[in-house]
Amino acid sequence: MKIKIYILTIIFIFNISHIFGKDIDKNLIYKNLRCLVCQGQSISDSNSDFAQTVKLVVNDLIKQGKSEDEIYSFMADKYGEWIVYKPQLNKQNFILWLFPYVILVSGGLIILYQFRKKREKT
Amino acid sequence: MQRIIKFTFILILIFTIGIFYLSLKKDNNYSTVNLVGKKIHNVKLESFEEDKLFTLEDLKKNNFTLINFWASWCAPCRAEHPILMNLNKTQKLKMVGVNFKDKKKNAESFLNDLGNPYDFIARDELGKQSINFGIYGIPETILINKELLIIKKYVGPLNKQDYYKILEIVSNL
Repeated sequence: MKIKIYILTIIFIFNISHIFGKDIDKNLIYKNLRCLVCQGQSISDSNSDFAQTVKLVVNDLIKQGKSEDEIYSFMADKYGEWIVYKPQLNKQNFILWLFPYVILVSGGLIILYQFRKKREKT
Repeated sequence: MQRIIKFTFILILIFTIGIFYLSLKKDNNYSTVNLVGKKIHNVKLESFEEDKLFTLEDLKKNNFTLINFWASWCAPCRAEHPILMNLNKTQKLKMVGVNFKDKKKNAESFLNDLGNPYDFIARDELGKQSINFGIYGIPETILINKELLIIKKYVGPLNKQDYYKILEIVSNL
């Protein structure tokens, strides 16, 4: 029984430390940054001079201990929101963010209404 | 309820068509020229010749600083060079040239041939410092004030209109 508890404790500690010490995936960051001098390519896909330089800077920022969001904010500050594939919610783009949810809710309501109507008839 | 459904459908249709219409009219070439009013920070430019660093404190000493990113291998940089030479005559403007991903020997011969318009020349061998200024190609030029705010950004070679605009901004102090 004691051995089981020890094993479970070790697994639990390992998982906790894994969650908190989560490594930053630099390739994921490259994929989420747009290459500004390419046609529809991310920094990850591109071999352009600009993409190579951005990769170097992202690596430096990771070494400095910056988080993924901090890196995106840094790049957006220098090049505008366009450089990030997933822009932050702000005044300019809130309609774009909310629109799918509005469609989803209104679609659901329409289906519900039709369903009720059909039920009443029968 | 039928009315609400029709109204919602028409509203969505108008919205979608509107977005398409606006997107078609929009210029698809992204440019950072409108990214003005931002403050520059974390700047440590390595001097071209001496073992010296050019920092934000140095930039704060001038009322206006024009930071030009150039390289000897860049043909448009050659085209804008006479404009930079003329801007150098303006007393109120300090000029910093950042030599971008270039060979020192080639850069020196470029300046020997065409003249040196810069008060300070920095070196950015890997291009990493240029990212701090939001540069994505050269030539690019940034006009900043004493508060280190970007007043104007020029993507591509400077032309005569840009020259007069810079003079106007600088002389309005």
